[in-house]
Amino acid sequence: MTGPLENLDAVVEELLDQLAAFTSVEELDAHEPVLAGRRSPLAALQKSLGGLDPEARRDAGARLQAARTRVEAAVEGHRRRLAAAERERRLEADRLDLGDVVAGAVPDTLRAGHPGLVARTQAELEDVFVAMGFRVAEGPEVESDWYNFEALNIPPAHPARGMWDTFYVDLGEPETVVLRTHTSPTQVHLMEAAVRDGSLPIHSVMPGRCYRRDTPDARHLAAFHQVEGLVVDRGITFADLAGVIETFTRAYFGTDVDTRLRPSYFPFTEPSAEFEITCQICRGAGCRTCSHTGWIELGGCGMLDPAVLEAVGIDPDEWSGFAFGFGIDRCAQMRHEIADMRALTENDARFLEQFS
Amino acid sequence: MRAPLSWLREFVDLPDDVGVVRDALDDLGLVVEGLDHVGEGLDHVVVVEVREIHPIEGADKIRRVLVDAGGDEPVEVVCGAWNFEVGDRVPLARVGAVLPGGFEIARRSMRGVTSNGMLCSSSELGLSGDHRGLMVLDPERATTPGEELRDALGLAPDTVFDLSVGANRPDAWSIRGVARDLAIRFERPLRDVTRRTPSAGEPTSVLAAAVIEAPELCGRLTVSVLRGVRVGPSPAWIARRLELAGMRPISNVVDASNMVMLELGQPTHPYDLDRVAGATLRVRRARPGETLETLDGVVRTLAQPGRGLGDTGEDVVIADGEDRVIGLAGIMGGADTEINDATTTVLLEAAHFDPMTIARSVKRHGLRSEASTRFERGVDPERALEAVGRFVALLAESCPDLEWAAAPLDVRGEVTPPSRVVLRPGEVTRQLGTEIDDDVARRLLEGLGFATETVEDGIAVTAPASRPDVRTGAAGRADVVEEVARLYGYRRLARRTPSWPTPGGMTERQVLRRRVRDALVGRGVLEAWTATLVSESHVRRTHPDARLIRVTNPLAEDEAVLRTSLIPGLLDAWARNVARGTGDVRLAELGVVFTHPDDAPGRTTRGGEGGLATLALPRETEHLTVVLGQRGDDARTAVALWRVLADRLRLEDVVVRAAVPPVGWHPTRSADLVDRASGALVGRVGEADPDVVTPLLGPAPASRVGLLEIDVDVLSDPVRTRRRPDGVVVPSRFPSASIDLAFVTPDGVPAADVAHALRGASDVVERVELFDVYRGVGIASGERSLAYGVRLSAPDRTLSEGDVTRAREALIAAGERLGARLR
Ligand SMILES: [Zn+2]
Repeated sequence: MTGPLENLDAVVEELLDQLAAFTSVEELDAHEPVLAGRRSPLAALQKSLGGLDPEARRDAGARLQAARTRVEAAVEGHRRRLAAAERERRLEADRLDLGDVVAGAVPDTLRAGHPGLVARTQAELEDVFVAMGFRVAEGPEVESDWYNFEALNIPPAHPARGMWDTFYVDLGEPETVVLRTHTSPTQVHLMEAAVRDGSLPIHSVMPGRCYRRDTPDARHLAAFHQVEGLVVDRGITFADLAGVIETFTRAYFGTDVDTRLRPSYFPFTEPSAEFEITCQICRGAGCRTCSHTGWIELGGCGMLDPAVLEAVGIDPDEWSGFAFGFGIDRCAQMRHEIADMRALTENDARFLEQFS
Repeated sequence: MRAPLSWLREFVDLPDDVGVVRDALDDLGLVVEGLDHVGEGLDHVVVVEVREIHPIEGADKIRRVLVDAGGDEPVEVVCGAWNFEVGDRVPLARVGAVLPGGFEIARRSMRGVTSNGMLCSSSELGLSGDHRGLMVLDPERATTPGEELRDALGLAPDTVFDLSVGANRPDAWSIRGVARDLAIRFERPLRDVTRRTPSAGEPTSVLAAAVIEAPELCGRLTVSVLRGVRVGPSPAWIARRLELAGMRPISNVVDASNMVMLELGQPTHPYDLDRVAGATLRVRRARPGETLETLDGVVRTLAQPGRGLGDTGEDVVIADGEDRVIGLAGIMGGADTEINDATTTVLLEAAHFDPMTIARSVKRHGLRSEASTRFERGVDPERALEAVGRFVALLAESCPDLEWAAAPLDVRGEVTPPSRVVLRPGEVTRQLGTEIDDDVARRLLEGLGFATETVEDGIAVTAPASRPDVRTGAAGRADVVEEVARLYGYRRLARRTPSWPTPGGMTERQVLRRRVRDALVGRGVLEAWTATLVSESHVRRTHPDARLIRVTNPLAEDEAVLRTSLIPGLLDAWARNVARGTGDVRLAELGVVFTHPDDAPGRTTRGGEGGLATLALPRETEHLTVVLGQRGDDARTAVALWRVLADRLRLEDVVVRAAVPPVGWHPTRSADLVDRASGALVGRVGEADPDVVTPLLGPAPASRVGLLEIDVDVLSDPVRTRRRPDGVVVPSRFPSASIDLAFVTPDGVPAADVAHALRGASDVVERVELFDVYRGVGIASGERSLAYGVRLSAPDRTLSEGDVTRAREALIAAGERLGARLR
């Protein structure tokens, strides 16, 4: 073959040989223009194609392009190999046998740490309930639709489903697995276990993280924390429920705090109520936070619906009980007057350092 | 639901004090979420007649308008609305008026024209949401220029309650339903509204037909024929009521339908009879492939199985005499048979549909209407024709010749009969813990339409047809007791703090978690909370090959996957602090990470419709992760922190073992934490991979970041992570002896193993501690010198020189067995 590209193969081989001689990424980067860039012999050949007739120029151009691609690929491959080797060398030079760490030789400055606001609030609430005779139980965050809804007397397409904006987890059949929207499924697990083990009665509280598909704003996060309470025993009445709510709110918020129950609806309790406490901002005098009512809504509660007891095999004629639930984050927000809840997940040290 | 006070007062006499009514509603469980005072702020707002309209030079958005306000001279105002002409009567807010919302009208000058007030839209006056132009008064209404607008329109100030009604109160989804609760609370009679009855003459069956083909989905179908209809605007009072209740007036026929629905809770659907083939309405299931263009202009494909659990795609439809679908039953009608200006005969449907089927269709089609909201909860099947009677009375106000054909068609399907339960003597008291006399309970229930009757074993209570939510058996008794409690007043119920013999308490794991937190806080760590829902690339930073667990309906694409590690979130949080100049911190989190069931089988649970299936769920593992980003922190700090933790948790012997760490960790500065006895992997300690950290830092200088990651599941399991025994050793009162031993040890022998061997070398060894590691001159490569301080002591004597010598020999021998030679 004659013409400007006569020696193309040899030029490429020469370039590849030069390439192989570079032993660092830095060196390679410095020489890249000479190998594959504007100062490459391939670029010079490109200029020499000007004199060819159109057809020959097209052919030659294609060959030249193929050669350039080959060189560029080789440069990339070599760069990756060199980078890997350099990383290897760096890491090797950095090697530290952690088994040989001499504890006394690690310097440390004395500084206070700070527990998370939610964890601390949860611990305070747990302590109140433990003192009242409750055990603390826990449950998973991913649940089946059955535990999150159906066993709680909320069948599919129940109008009350609209009360919870649900995140569905993509595992198999649609809408069978959810991120729990409340801690209530843990109630069902506890009752099932108690029936299985013959260990009724139950007096438990269940703190935990829950999720609702709700765009975060100053008052709500899509992930939040609840405490759920469950009592299943003989002879439990609505008066016991109201008494427990009152005792707990006084123990946590202070003895000057009053509670009030208001009829409400939850599919898993009957009768159901919302409970409100004296507004923490105005102490009941009326302010903007409480819409001038003097009351702040804290959570929901009610007597266990017999259908829920029956679903887990507990005889509602022998046993009765109540459940209640409220937001941990909300308690913290009230006590610390947090203007924007989103600060809780931003993890700015200046925010975190304020809690103890 | 919006309930105007004036409308409630049509049904029951209520106290003058709005606050008293509001408290009663709250206490009845009809929670007042908002309160609008309307018709206020109309002082100095008068009716005026437009006399002249002139352009203003240099202004194309506003005009100069002269109006007759009843005075001798016309009033000059500037106006930006264009929907009026000379001769129209419109409202003028005079200078000094304060409109609802507090906007004060002042004399202003625009482009050299003085505006002596403002011509108003109906939304500016707080009368409706209509802000599309001036409120032009109905010319048929007799008004006088200069008259107060309030008097001209008969606008009394009103209060509208925004009520939240629970799903268990289908009967309260109407003005009458709310009024009935109030009537019981205030012990006043409930009034009825005016209704018409069908006329005599030709029966409806001659004019129309009604068929139920799916009786289990349609409990009742009534079809009425209304002749003499003249479609036009509604009377002002009807339009006003609808607006107060939050609906827009459309035409007298549609408005009558909406009024009846709001007032009595029964949705009705008017069709143009001439456009319904065969004047026939038949209720049936939709067939796959059928389509319908609903009133909102959307063409919907019917009978397609949906994504919802157990959703088979069942739609109930209304078909005409040619079996063509003309409406999605209970949800929305079709466009073809809609009422229009030319309609003279109306075919009116008032029916009852199965709530569950309607609810599923609503969800599947993403189409919710005022009607479907009511059908989903349950409409009283017995009141369908009562509602038609009210519809006719309302429509007759604007159609004087209206005639309701005799014997409306009334076909019955299946309706669950109202529940009947027997309350045993004292049952109400037993459930509520408050003495409530049976007679009191009966009176409260009867006010709601429940029938009560004394039977042998107690009181039989039968729910009214308006309460399909009341169940049977134990659940039904609870439903009834709730009604008693609600009407009696929760505030009057007793409170009692129960007690039981079992003590409260926390599990060992919960106690351990608190100790971990305390120990970390004691070492200057800040506890963080990072997101559970993250992006795919976030997961890939530590788990390049893990199967992703996705959320089907994320709020954002970068919040669509469940996290597999706490490390990326904490590193991001730390890097954000670095960028804000607050990066000199240590952050920790205790939280759950998730593994796809295909990667970690084993967790199964009840699921599927009815809980009959077994589902594989993600494994949830609780991690404790610490990111050590304080100045000077590195892998060594992480090891030291771990030792503090292990000591605090009284762990027997968890050792640092060299291992190739997973992605995200520094490959040569990380190690496993292994329980020596059980071999369980408790966690990992080391540094973050610099290639992960550097990009996070951006322009900030490179920095080492120590990492500690503990599997709390393993840590809290005393079999996999051994604790020191509870028994404590009283230290010897005799003096102890200390010796230092330096061993040249091959790199492959862990310092912890040598220490372990030394501890077991003799029973006088009390404590072994590594205090120096040396490499360099005098030590061959591949080896290092480990120097241990060993304290010897015996419980019963002072150690003799011989004791110490023997112990020293035993220690050296123990080291040698591991290949460590005394230096
Ligand atoms: Zn307040």
